[in-house]
Amino acid sequence: MGPTREQLYRTIRTIRRFEERVVELVNQNKIAGVTHEYIGQEAVATGVCAALRPDDVITSTHRGHGHVIAKGADIRAMMAELFGRETGLNRGRGGSMHIADLSLGIYGANGIVAAGAPFAAGAAWAALRAGTDQVAVAFFGDGGVNQGVLHETMNMAVLWGLPVVFVCENNGYAITLPSAESTAGSIVGRASAYGMPARSEDGMGVDLVLAAAQDAIDHARAGKGPAFLEFRTYRYSGHHTAEATMGLSYRTSEEIDSWRTRDPVELAGSRIEAAREAIDAEVEALLDDAVAFADAGPWPEPEGARDYMYASGLLARDGVV
Amino acid sequence: MARLRYLQALTKALRDEMTRDSGVFVVGEDVRHALRGVTRGLVDEFGPDRVVDTPISEQAFTGFATGAALAGMRPVVEFQIPALVFVAFEQIVNQAQKFHLMTGGQAVVPVTYLVPGSGARAGLGGQHSDHPYPLFIHMGVKTVLPATAYDAYGLLVSAIRDPDPVMVYAPNVVLGARDEVPDDSYVVELGKGRVHQEGSDLTIVAVGHLVHDALALADQLGDECSIEVFDPRSLHPFDWELLAQSVAKTGRLVVYDDSNRSCGLAAEILATAAEEMDLRFPPKRVTRADVPVPFSSGIEQTVLPSRTRLEAAVRDVLSVEVPR
Repeated sequence: MGPTREQLYRTIRTIRRFEERVVELVNQNKIAGVTHEYIGQEAVATGVCAALRPDDVITSTHRGHGHVIAKGADIRAMMAELFGRETGLNRGRGGSMHIADLSLGIYGANGIVAAGAPFAAGAAWAALRAGTDQVAVAFFGDGGVNQGVLHETMNMAVLWGLPVVFVCENNGYAITLPSAESTAGSIVGRASAYGMPARSEDGMGVDLVLAAAQDAIDHARAGKGPAFLEFRTYRYSGHHTAEATMGLSYRTSEEIDSWRTRDPVELAGSRIEAAREAIDAEVEALLDDAVAFADAGPWPEPEGARDYMYASGLLARDGVV
Repeated sequence: MARLRYLQALTKALRDEMTRDSGVFVVGEDVRHALRGVTRGLVDEFGPDRVVDTPISEQAFTGFATGAALAGMRPVVEFQIPALVFVAFEQIVNQAQKFHLMTGGQAVVPVTYLVPGSGARAGLGGQHSDHPYPLFIHMGVKTVLPATAYDAYGLLVSAIRDPDPVMVYAPNVVLGARDEVPDDSYVVELGKGRVHQEGSDLTIVAVGHLVHDALALADQLGDECSIEVFDPRSLHPFDWELLAQSVAKTGRLVVYDDSNRSCGLAAEILATAAEEMDLRFPPKRVTRADVPVPFSSGIEQTVLPSRTRLEAAVRDVLSVEVPR
């Protein structure tokens, strides 16, 4: 049985409000650096991850909070990670761009575009060898389709019949460069050329995303090899938190507004009017709790700065003797 | 006990580990046909699912190994030529190597990167002759460079069993060298150096295949001086303690290293010796020149470390008579 409309809305709403809270917290310097917000793209992560099992694997991107939430990560530990605390998912060693929960098959957000895609192929191969029917999803954006490592990985995945689903979130811009100026030909045309089924779908409505993802994931799980999905979506906020202060003009407000008429939160929320208010309140309480938990968490001890460099326990050399 | 060639010792290590642990597999270019020789016979024994031929896609198969390792397997990635590690550099140093720390210890990436036939091979020119191990040590990747068949076996086994990424360089010029290799499996621990020959006047740190040159020189100069030959075997972690004992005894140090001079391994060894060891006389290093290896046999050797240059450096260091 698939997820209910309420469950889908709850995830979408959680991602949206998580990201809006993160922007506030970055601006208050509670969260260091910048983060890459997923605002506007929530239906993609929600729909794709709703079609996955807990033991399936995902690889994420620099814009990874949505994938990580949708795959089921603990919101408190996520927020604590962004705060840089020992109680964070990565014990404060990763931050926004490296957030991961291996126990949930989340092989990490990633600071290099498309660099996580081959991990999905490796995990899928390991699943095949172990005789499980796990599937691995590689998320990347329209910028990622111009990275060689992604194409190498798609080629290998088809050759070896790996249960990988490649999910391209085409939000129209590789940072500031419009997709039309960065990608020759068509994205699904490229994927099709490798000999795998490839579809392009609207990515603003979660039902369409879920249906397309379910088909692709079923295909991979049934041993029929990889599949490729492009979801046309949009990010309402900048490439990262600091963009708001940079005065960039690569998009018009008309364009942003036109996408706002199909806001994934509204599309998913407007159809569950009765339950919406209660879910919103529940999400707000969850985030209040997460922020309080994060803020109360201990900072890593300075003497632990070289911890976890080696799984063998070898201690890396310090900068002075 | 059998006298095996270095290359055969590597094959034996792979075979033994693949037999012992079903999670171990080899992935790389032309490994089924064993173009580099290391995987000879393994596909017949273990099948193509454990001796995996890849397209010429170094970035993807390196990242593929990371993913398989995250899922619990122990891949051995073979790079057919040393320069291919440049293509895979991002996936090794920025992905696989950093994942354990960046995930706060969640992710374990037990991958071995095997570079058989590393270093200069006569007549292969600029892009097939590098020995770029310092780049990876600089980025924290565990690195071994065995000089003998015995150590090649023991260090490759250690690398495969280690929970972290480890690079194993097998220099081309020693692949045919024979050594006694026990029949039963054994390990040479990472981070343990080896004094091949004891001496009292001067320590030569010789890296990888250069150990054999250093031993020959020590023998040649045996009537004039007493040279200790120290083989680090494992370049990172490095057995600083054993080297410090050697330097404390001799007070004199020459490093003989097949990496480039600037920011090379020899630079690191001299700096550490200067800061932390009882070095009583000015040291020297004999390294590659800071250029790509030129093609012509007339000049190729002139940019590589040589026994002639080593002898000159040793004589120089010995000529200083007053300790500082």
